[in-house]
Amino acid sequence: MTDALLSVRNLRVEFPTRRGVLTAIDDVSFDIMPGEVLGVVGESGAGKSLTGAAIIGLLEPPGRIAGGEILLKGERIDNLGAEAMRRIRGKRIGMVFQDPLTSLNPLYTVAQQLIETIRTHADISESEARKKAIALLDRVGIPAAARRIDDYPHHFSGGMRQRVVIALALCAEPELVIADEPTTALDVSVQSQIIDLIKEICAERGAAVMLITHDMGVIAETADRVAVLYAGRIAEIGPVRQVITAPEHPYTAGLMGSIPTLTQTDARLVQIPGAMPRLNAIPQGCAFNPRCEKAFDRCFKERPAPVLRDADGRKVACWLYDAIDTPAKEQANG
Amino acid sequence: MADALLKIEHLTRYFDISKPFLNRMLERDEKQFLTAVADVSFEIKRGETFALVGESGSGKSTIAKLVVGLLAASEGTIEFDGHKMTGTTGTEMRDLRRRFQMIFQDPFASLNPRWRVGDIIAEPIHTFGLLKGADVTNRVGELLDTVGLSAKDAEKFPHEFSGGQRQRIAIARALSSKPEFIVCDEPTSALDVSVQAQILNLMKDLQDEMGLTYLFISHDLSVVRHMASRIGVLYLGRLVEVADGKTLFSSPQHPYTQMLLDAVPDLALSGRRRKPVDGEIPNPINPPPGCAFHPRCPLAMDRCKVDAPHQVATETGYAACFALEAEAKAS
Ligand SMILES: Nc1ncnc2c1ncn2[C@@H]1O[C@H](COP(=O)(O)OP(=O)(O)OP(=O)(O)O)[C@@H](O)[C@H]1O
Ligand SMILES: Nc1ncnc2c1ncn2[C@@H]1O[C@H](COP(=O)(O)OP(=O)(O)O)[C@@H](O)[C@H]1O
Ligand code: SF4
Ligand code: SF4
Ligand SMILES: [Mg+2]
Ligand SMILES: [Mg+2]
Repeated sequence: MTDALLSVRNLRVEFPTRRGVLTAIDDVSFDIMPGEVLGVVGESGAGKSLTGAAIIGLLEPPGRIAGGEILLKGERIDNLGAEAMRRIRGKRIGMVFQDPLTSLNPLYTVAQQLIETIRTHADISESEARKKAIALLDRVGIPAAARRIDDYPHHFSGGMRQRVVIALALCAEPELVIADEPTTALDVSVQSQIIDLIKEICAERGAAVMLITHDMGVIAETADRVAVLYAGRIAEIGPVRQVITAPEHPYTAGLMGSIPTLTQTDARLVQIPGAMPRLNAIPQGCAFNPRCEKAFDRCFKERPAPVLRDADGRKVACWLYDAIDTPAKEQANG
Repeated sequence: MADALLKIEHLTRYFDISKPFLNRMLERDEKQFLTAVADVSFEIKRGETFALVGESGSGKSTIAKLVVGLLAASEGTIEFDGHKMTGTTGTEMRDLRRRFQMIFQDPFASLNPRWRVGDIIAEPIHTFGLLKGADVTNRVGELLDTVGLSAKDAEKFPHEFSGGQRQRIAIARALSSKPEFIVCDEPTSALDVSVQAQILNLMKDLQDEMGLTYLFISHDLSVVRHMASRIGVLYLGRLVEVADGKTLFSSPQHPYTQMLLDAVPDLALSGRRRKPVDGEIPNPINPPPGCAFHPRCPLAMDRCKVDAPHQVATETGYAACFALEAEAKAS
């Protein structure tokens, strides 16, 4: 069908509770092409982390995939057993989380963790693996890597730890790296270093990146395409430049206007009234309707599906916008 | 009436971070101090928003707490409307205290969860004995209305509100003693951007309506640019540059300010090429000698490793840097 590296098709994630089933991700579809950086952006609770967790098979029970498919190079991975999924996680999909300490074991040196991961996925000797690990640490910007490799994670600063995690995520040469808020816990000046590093090193190795963040600035600097999530649904998805400079979905437009920038000053910020609904109170029809200035009758009754808007593959889920008719292109962009 | 509403001179705060006395005796350790704020001076004019910007650990919150009296200064003076804060006591102090308030970063931690919203907001009214009986209830209702909530919300508890609404409650509480001056420590850092926009707009509106003066603290340069008329940049407890908002962003003078600006993601997609940022903030317990920024500074000279730079006057403020001193002498 497509040559996508990762295809998420109509994903639905649910949490059964005593008061009924909560739907946290509802009919989310997107593709990531080989080597592409897809940004996933949204406010807290939009479902960014859950989307990532569903892909790598780390949804915490009772959370479960209740519908849809996830395909890695055309093969389903959403229905694999725990062991098969663990192999995919280390080898084919690398992970970077907000808190570097969740990915690092405090009881082992950085060398032990890197070498073990490398050797689990490649049949090479310990000393070869060590050499590879040092080269990788050096590449992610750890000064004196050959010496620092025998240190424990707590000997490193926050930014340096995140560099180690990036090395760990990349050491098995994965095809995809899922990074969930990788710079959120870091200082401003360190954030930009880590963003640059992720972008460069993944490009160098041909790894695609799914970059999850609440920060549009990070997306602007890093991603090729961006998916804007709202209340567990995709509001808009497309090339970063189009979505950021000419957003179509009223939520994306409001979001962009609400961000203060270094250039625009005295103007008031655009204000979207209210807040994102809780999972047990997602309105019928378009989930954004209580906050949308442009809402009309249909928005309260029927839910809009993302429709293709242009030849570059932008899709928008809003009743204000009609699909252009190029069915062939639509398939290709998934 | 003084021109500067708040005047801070040579403000310094040490924290004793030594191990307990007995451990120190046994391990023969020296007493250890951390200088969270070092020789900081600035003024805030009536009606303006002065922002302090800096990365984690740069001393922003410590300065906020020193200004509102939650911490005592180790050295230096704070003057509010011509009155020295240290040494002022009794009714004079109480009178001063009413005139400034503080809003904190975390709207979840700063509101007492067991109190009703109405009581939280009324607390400063009672503390300063401003109103009694039904007048209090009416005033609380007015304040809730002012911050975009409704008088009925007074009966509810903080947990019934979202993060943004709680920050509105914190603002209503801060306004209830009719202060002139509000210290805002990262008031929107815990909020989503769409909610942040609501709160920043509200704070600007309130300033226009009530003539408030703000000390606005944030690590987010874009937010600071949006809010402040004057800006001070902190690095490891030291004020490295002060300038008008516009000037600071159009021609940053101090190398650290330049680096911070370069690190801001380019949302306008202008294709601006960033200079790579070097290194991380050093441990504040043993900050680098001389200019604390020298290990990360592209302009560092021998002298920077030994001596601390003095303030050099700039277009609209000053910056503390030897490279600028040399430039000033040369011209
Ligand atoms: N009570 C205390 N005891 C010891 N050290 C302290 C104390 N309070 C603050 N510090 C230290 O003083 C320095 C400045 O802290 P402060 O909280 O003012 O920083 P900040 O600029 O507000 O940082 P952040 O952006 O993380 O809020 C830090 O190194 C901090 O660890
Ligand atoms: N274990 C869980 N049980 C119930 N609801 C959950 C659980 N984990 C996440 N959620 C809900 O799912 C939604 C999406 O969460 P998440 O993906 O973590 O958001 P984001 O990463 O975008 O901030 C939120 O409303 C969150 O409260
Ligand atoms: S579908 Fe209707 S409510 Fe939803 S974003 Fe579009 S106009 Fe607004
Ligand atoms: S004093 Fe020296 S080290 Fe410090 S900022 Fe200026 S040039 Fe750089
Ligand atoms: Mg998350
Ligand atoms: Mg602070």
